[in-house]
Amino acid sequence: MLGTGAALTAALPMRFAAAAEQVVGFIYVGPHDDFGYNQAHAQGANAVAKMAGVKVLQEENVPEDVAVSKTMESMIQEDGATLLFPTSFGYFDPYILREAPKFAKVRFEHCGGLWTAKNPKNIGSYFGYIFEGQYINGIVAGYASKSGKLGFVAAKPIPQVLQNINAFTLGARLVNPKATTSVIFTGDWSMPVKEAEATNSLIDQGIDVVTMHVDSPKVVVQTAAKRGAMVCGYHCSQAALAPQAYLTGAEWNWIDLYPRFVTMWMKGEPIPNFYRGGFKEGLIKQSPYGPKVSATAKHHADQVKAGLTAGKYVIFKGPLKDNTGKMVLGSGQELIQSNATDAKLEAMNFLVAGVLGSLPA
Amino acid sequence: MVEETAAAIPAPPARGTRRLDALVGAAAVEAVLVPVGALVVSLLLFGIFVALAGVSPLRVYGYMIKGSVGSWFSLQNSLTRAAPLILTALCTALPAQVGLMIIGGEGAFVIGGLFAAMAGVALLGAPAPVALLGMAAAGIVAGGLWLALAGALRHWRGVNETISSLLLNYIAIAILNQLVEGLFRDPHSLNKPSSPSISYAHMIGTIPGTEIHWGLVVGIVVCLCAYVLVRHTTIGFAARVTGGNLRAARMVGLPIGRLVMLTCFLGGAAGGLAGMIEIAAVQERASASLIAGYGYTGILVAFLARQNPLAIIPVAILLGGISASGGLLQRDLGLPDAATVVLQGIIFVCILASDSVYGRIPWGGRAAASA
Repeated sequence: MLGTGAALTAALPMRFAAAAEQVVGFIYVGPHDDFGYNQAHAQGANAVAKMAGVKVLQEENVPEDVAVSKTMESMIQEDGATLLFPTSFGYFDPYILREAPKFAKVRFEHCGGLWTAKNPKNIGSYFGYIFEGQYINGIVAGYASKSGKLGFVAAKPIPQVLQNINAFTLGARLVNPKATTSVIFTGDWSMPVKEAEATNSLIDQGIDVVTMHVDSPKVVVQTAAKRGAMVCGYHCSQAALAPQAYLTGAEWNWIDLYPRFVTMWMKGEPIPNFYRGGFKEGLIKQSPYGPKVSATAKHHADQVKAGLTAGKYVIFKGPLKDNTGKMVLGSGQELIQSNATDAKLEAMNFLVAGVLGSLPA
Repeated sequence: MVEETAAAIPAPPARGTRRLDALVGAAAVEAVLVPVGALVVSLLLFGIFVALAGVSPLRVYGYMIKGSVGSWFSLQNSLTRAAPLILTALCTALPAQVGLMIIGGEGAFVIGGLFAAMAGVALLGAPAPVALLGMAAAGIVAGGLWLALAGALRHWRGVNETISSLLLNYIAIAILNQLVEGLFRDPHSLNKPSSPSISYAHMIGTIPGTEIHWGLVVGIVVCLCAYVLVRHTTIGFAARVTGGNLRAARMVGLPIGRLVMLTCFLGGAAGGLAGMIEIAAVQERASASLIAGYGYTGILVAFLARQNPLAIIPVAILLGGISASGGLLQRDLGLPDAATVVLQGIIFVCILASDSVYGRIPWGGRAAASA
């Protein structure tokens, strides 16, 4: 195997010139220009590509099966990558877990926050409390909505998605205690036709602000804007798709984190194996406010954001009831967004009061 | 055919220069030359496509060779990717023998994988051979019955099997999602709903000295068996007669219903076995990751192989190679992922178009193809 590798290197003289560079590979589960999850990572990759002494490799549409194993191995063996960012949640177990012991000198940085002390030390897993951004979305939506009826197009009823639905609703009810969020689950991460149908049916019910948690918010944003509704974005900014209807959005801040990690790697400094955070740690950011956001809304949202950035603001705190009337957090109970993950926060399995919808039994 | 064209030959070939078509028969030469010619044409068309995208076709061809067979690593990459396709192609190729157009490989793959995972979880404590046999049986039976359903709907209810098998794919995916997000969910799989894992000791290993799992060998063996069944048994003959002329088959009293059910079951069984191998060799558990499109690529493989089980093996490896080199085209040449899909599409159209060439090659007119 080494022999063929050397022969290949000799056959391609250009590789020698590149030998002094650090090669960093990014792997995406969908298209790199999806206006969503993958584009946010690709923006981070572009920020890394601008750094001196770094060569960036990117591969898109890599499914969570043997394909991602082969892509990782190929980036390492054929392109000499030493740092990989396999960015899909499902790449971790078993694919990254299998590759890491084979390539002890390569660093695997996974997006999802799944690393535990039992896993190989050359793996890192990071994730952001992006529901903080959905909370800000909710505040802005609460001010913007005339009907008090908000809509949420969601992929699957899993904890990460429920955190976003609940935070969005709590943010809106901070402003308008009567606000409600109607939720439609489409069943999977990329379902463009169902997402359009869901958005239309929400707007048909008199909903005037829509947000979402799907891989590519493009369809929801465009459909909502076409129907005259307002929209809060997710993953990365979709303002360009609907400059008038776009209020604000909860965005990943990978353009900040990835160059930081790459710098640490190049200097030989340890990168944390487990890294979680929100506004405070710079893992997420908020899209600039659109033209329909009032000065009052901006002021209130900025105030809360400052509290979150200072690490002094907890979103899920008791007393908190779910939408069936059951008390889910008692008085004084808090689910804190910190680097030490809160097991109850990570396993969220309820919809807060104000959410219209139900979870599968 | 040879006699017909012979009349038009101005001068007979000189004695001693025995032409290849005379040696092995024009049909056999055609069966190789036509698809290879179609492949060359599609590569040329793809070259024009990438040239329009601003990339040198020669560099693209170079990277395609490098990424598919250029090193031991890339060869293994191609073969690993070919493994599931060899089996899912049979989902279409076997029912095609009786003239059915089944495109339900994805559903058979998903349902086979799901039931294999269930069997694997039920047999956690069993010895490895028992567990593997149990998983394989579960996958084969589940996948087989799944496509037999399309065959039954066709034979007894007159439902178009192409439509019903396509719709069965969606039903299979819905069943998978329903179970891994509900009854069959590992409660620890918080943000990626999955079934519990099968035992690590029950995983299918790799062929010694390689990183290729044994699924490739299983697929090749199954294809060889399918070839023997189709070409060298009375059942296969009866199936091909049915596919060739349904009325004639009825007239001679062939058991059409049984032939339809058998070929659909065997096709689905191959797909279900592919799903089982995907669980036992790669994914360890059932989840939405099973829906990776192997069933759909299998349709392409079956058509490129002209529904011939033997030809499926090289064609699957070819498509595995294209997909293996797709990564390099993206990373080093900046071509979008869709480039490999475009190539697959061009090959598909060229192979279908090349069907009209069979039997029209003017053998006598050329001195080419001499042995």
